[in-house]
Amino acid sequence: MQMENIKIYTGKQIRNKTLFAFFIFFLFIAGCIYTWTWLHRQPKEQGVHKPLRKGLYMNENVFSRLFSYNNLARSYAKEDVVSKVRVNGNAGLQTPFNAAAWKLHLVRKPGDTLLIGIDEIRSLPKTEIIFDFKCIEGWSQVTHWGGVRFSDFIKKYNLDTQAGLGYTGLETPDKKYYVGIDNESMMHPQTLLCYEMNGKTLPMDNGFPLRLIIPVKYGVKHLKRIGTIFFSSERPRDYWYEQGYDYYCGL
Amino acid sequence: MKRIIKKHSLATRWFHWVNFPLIGIMIWSGLLIYWANDVYRIGWGDRTILKFFPDSFNKALNIPFRLAEGMNLHFVFMWLFIINGILYVLYLLFSKEWKMIFPNRKALKEAWQVLLHDLHIRKGLPPQKKYNAAQRIAYTGVIIMGFFMLLTGLAIYKPTQLYWLCAILGGYEWARAEHFILTILFVLFFIVHVIQVIIAGWKNFRSMVTGFDVISHEQPKEHTETIS
Repeated sequence: MQMENIKIYTGKQIRNKTLFAFFIFFLFIAGCIYTWTWLHRQPKEQGVHKPLRKGLYMNENVFSRLFSYNNLARSYAKEDVVSKVRVNGNAGLQTPFNAAAWKLHLVRKPGDTLLIGIDEIRSLPKTEIIFDFKCIEGWSQVTHWGGVRFSDFIKKYNLDTQAGLGYTGLETPDKKYYVGIDNESMMHPQTLLCYEMNGKTLPMDNGFPLRLIIPVKYGVKHLKRIGTIFFSSERPRDYWYEQGYDYYCGL
Repeated sequence: MKRIIKKHSLATRWFHWVNFPLIGIMIWSGLLIYWANDVYRIGWGDRTILKFFPDSFNKALNIPFRLAEGMNLHFVFMWLFIINGILYVLYLLFSKEWKMIFPNRKALKEAWQVLLHDLHIRKGLPPQKKYNAAQRIAYTGVIIMGFFMLLTGLAIYKPTQLYWLCAILGGYEWARAEHFILTILFVLFFIVHVIQVIIAGWKNFRSMVTGFDVISHEQPKEHTETIS
């Protein structure tokens, strides 16, 4: 121990210094407790206390800057694919569904909706992807999907202006499940409008006839059974966002 | 008249006590997140010795069905945890305090002697400065753990944008397991730390608040207590 670290005081001075330090210490503890309870007294925005919601927006701001079309979700070999694809949630799939009558409602702008049949979508250039599908719950599965790249779809239907708007909204035919996604993520080369799973037609419980596969997002954004696609400069409504989850959900 | 001897700088105490509630919130919110996919256990085959976590544990702490809340807390308070950690490491390096904490060449041998002493097998401790060898290893270890906590956390938070980090750590599922194991190690560190602090006694704890030790005239200048 160095000499300059040693100081001489009276007992009273030492007592006062000690009391002062503990006063600050208890003030700190009180401050922590106050901050924690204050946070939980704050009004909520979409199910989340406002300061935390602001924090999530800040995270989106920070981490969307990391986003690059060159950053790809890792691809896997066919041998890595799981035999049984997990089905997690059926929101938007419970309404009786007439598969034969299905058409994709592509809203080019309000009042201008194009109806597209599944055969037309199947005739577009096909892309396949085998990737580790990640659920927000924390599990993941290597799964195999086939469909048309969303960016190819945008090109084919001359939707560059719409893609520049900021957001794409997707809804199930019964409108009971809906997501909103930033167009940067929608235009990522691994984002698919998907009609095949493991080389076969998409099963009913996985969103027949057309679902979204978007590896740069958690599973909650991979909407099954797309009924409507629309574009917006504002954030479209989002099912899980309304229930207290992050809007961005970017991976 | 009494002498006091400076032990912990204001910065050290600040980083230590700010870290305490932050780690608490990170672990708590981590539990809320982990519950949604609570797959880890200790065991082999079908035999499970310890499930992480038993239903009674989850129930007692009211953990189930709070995933969103957990994620929101985790991803906001992570910033404070990271900033506090980075500032602490910078402080260590620039204040030369690291010389007190990083293990030196004799550390392993001496740490063994400290362990034997603490278990009442060996009498007497090797000479030490502020921290003994076992403390040096433990405190440096926990800093490294904090760093890996950050890396594994980032890897599971942004596995596509940080695909290279995720790959280095063995992939997404491994990174999640590593993040979890590190948490368990943190908790174990915390338990041992608290036990050691209780054993070391009130004066040692007091110095983490006031920053100084009081020494009476009879004690030699070089004396420092066994501290945790």
